[in-house]
Amino acid sequence: MQHNTSTPSAVALPRTLSAVWQASPYALVFVLFFLIPLGLIVMVSFWNFNEYEIIPAFTLRNYFSIFEGCSSLNDYGDLCVTFKTYVSTLRISLLVWLLTLVLGFAVAYFLAFHVRTNRMQTLLFVLCTIPFWTSNVIRMISWIPLLGRNGLVNQTLINTGLVQQPIEWLLFSEFSVVLAFVHLYTMFMIVPIFNSMMRIDRSLIEAAQDAGASAWQTLWNIIVPLSRTGIIIGSIFVITIVMGDFVTIGVMGGQQIASVGKIIQVQTSALQLPLAAANAVMLLIVALMIIWGLTRLVDIRSEL
Amino acid sequence: MTNDTTPAKPAIDTTSERRAVLKGTAAILASGIFPAVHAQEKIVLRYLGTAVNQDKAIGEKFKADTGIEIQYVAVTTDDVTKRAVTAPNSFDLIDTEYFSLKKIVPTGNLKGIDSKKIKNADKITSLFTTGMVGGKKVGDQGTAPKKVIYLEGEKSKVFAKSPTQFMSLIPTVYNADTLGIRPDLIKRPIDSWAELLNPEFKGKASILNIPSIGIMDAAMVVEAKGIYKYPDKGNMTKKEIDLTIKTLIEAKKAGQFRALWKDFNESVNLMASGEVVIQSMWSPAVTAVRTKGIACTFQPLKEGYRAWAAGFGLPATLSGRKLDGAYEFINWFLDGWAGAYLNRQGYYSAVLDTAKSKMEAYEWAYWMEGKAATQDIKSPNGDVLAKTGSMRDGGSYETRMGGIACWNAVMDENEYMVKKWNEFVAA
Repeated sequence: MQHNTSTPSAVALPRTLSAVWQASPYALVFVLFFLIPLGLIVMVSFWNFNEYEIIPAFTLRNYFSIFEGCSSLNDYGDLCVTFKTYVSTLRISLLVWLLTLVLGFAVAYFLAFHVRTNRMQTLLFVLCTIPFWTSNVIRMISWIPLLGRNGLVNQTLINTGLVQQPIEWLLFSEFSVVLAFVHLYTMFMIVPIFNSMMRIDRSLIEAAQDAGASAWQTLWNIIVPLSRTGIIIGSIFVITIVMGDFVTIGVMGGQQIASVGKIIQVQTSALQLPLAAANAVMLLIVALMIIWGLTRLVDIRSEL
Repeated sequence: MTNDTTPAKPAIDTTSERRAVLKGTAAILASGIFPAVHAQEKIVLRYLGTAVNQDKAIGEKFKADTGIEIQYVAVTTDDVTKRAVTAPNSFDLIDTEYFSLKKIVPTGNLKGIDSKKIKNADKITSLFTTGMVGGKKVGDQGTAPKKVIYLEGEKSKVFAKSPTQFMSLIPTVYNADTLGIRPDLIKRPIDSWAELLNPEFKGKASILNIPSIGIMDAAMVVEAKGIYKYPDKGNMTKKEIDLTIKTLIEAKKAGQFRALWKDFNESVNLMASGEVVIQSMWSPAVTAVRTKGIACTFQPLKEGYRAWAAGFGLPATLSGRKLDGAYEFINWFLDGWAGAYLNRQGYYSAVLDTAKSKMEAYEWAYWMEGKAATQDIKSPNGDVLAKTGSMRDGGSYETRMGGIACWNAVMDENEYMVKKWNEFVAA
């Protein structure tokens, strides 16, 4: 902008015009397929409904319904469904985020600093994408014969005499849900972190070594801060995907673990669209808050 | 200038010609003339339903018989209802469950089917029209077809209390569901719905995670355990819903359920892998487990069955040749060939007489009369389903359908029920 103001406006005008033209196709797609539907969802979340139609009359009943009974514990000493669901969704998101971060960082570090040749880097990178060659659902279902009661893992454990009874929590548990998520989404951490690492000036690392820094000090004081952008972008990917998921949690959790996405899905199936919309708005707010918090840690735009 | 234009002329001509052709095509496409001309030759009916009922062989046979093409649009049970309510012009024929009618009919998106145009209308099994099987009344708790099968007129948004000329749905297939068990792993007789929550099967039971069906199975269990007797399981009060969900939550917290299932394949996998030994199940899923060579029984229980039924409906806006074609398809469907085809898969068809005429006597005896097979029973595509001498689970049509206790339902308190169901899933 500063550059533009210093040049004559006759030159600046065509440049901004062409910039507008270049940006317009994506802006149009963004407005048509994201902003307008989102606006509709917010609107419908304030509408009333019955068994078979949504009634365009302003009401807060959907939001009241979400938080009904949340002021106290229920008969079983539990939180209300909404809080309980968010707690379990957030707990799973946090676990998956931590695991994918550690794994993703380690893999990216190895690829960026230990693999010397470009060709080898490319080859290993392609290897990382192999899980994406099959469909999401197939990848999840293939865990079942492995982790099930009569699955490979349990049979091996029993045959080697390590356990007497099959271990039940391997499948249809929070463990299996987190495992499947980590398997599915570590790649989303590796790519942005690797990208950030490749742009770190190698002479900085040499300088650190020359100054007598240990490997750990170099990692913690040089590489981690300079990979921050990649870490934050990867975190946003993983957290937003896991927060909204209902398929993985459904299949791997044996449909017995609550997630916000699952509740929304059940409600849309029962044609309770305004209720589902209200839940979607709440989920969006929570996810946006998390992303806002993450972007406080690093200004992504200035560092890209 | 003149020199320049002369060689350029033909080029301009061809491009303008090409443009004109393109414009013309676009105009035809836009005005919809092209499909109309096409339809004059043959009719294509878009058939909305679930994949389970949309058999390729049925569509092919109908096309061979009448020249009308059936285009299957396969979605899930919930999505059939959703489409009927939100996109009523996206299909020409709908195959949906009777319990969905409570959501669809009030929208006015369905046309009453004129029974005078249905040749076999008066031969439709009495289970649908009067709720009787073999002269005896069967259970009618829930959305029993006889409550919703008649409309007050062709353009009606309410159900008629007594039989009229106009029907909401013409039945296609129906059956009675019960618990599926692994006899090889349970090793003792099972005869009650109460066994689903028996602590003996802790961590080895499963229930259906479709609220409007799952709640009915749960209600059967609650009654069988003697906890409570519902005036109408298919239309619970809030208190009754609370009680039913409480029973489920307590069982879940005690670790009774290995998993819940939502689609056909999930139930097959749970059972075949031995993760689950007792669960609410659908008849074709039991067959699917068996074709893997694994023992699985569709266990008749003393409290009776939970029944379901699906049927054809017509969208309100359907008219002209497409409407005639749709009536022709329904008539053809009731005429026997399709009925026999469905009966051989273990379903039941709407008009039994016509289906019987298209089945072999030994097939009819096995499938419908509950007699031992006198020769190997084969599925429509030739797989052996039952060996000589074996008998069908649940016996004859009359014992099985006569044992209906309740029907899949949409309750008046449906919104509350779905909310409580989510509580069960989250518990």
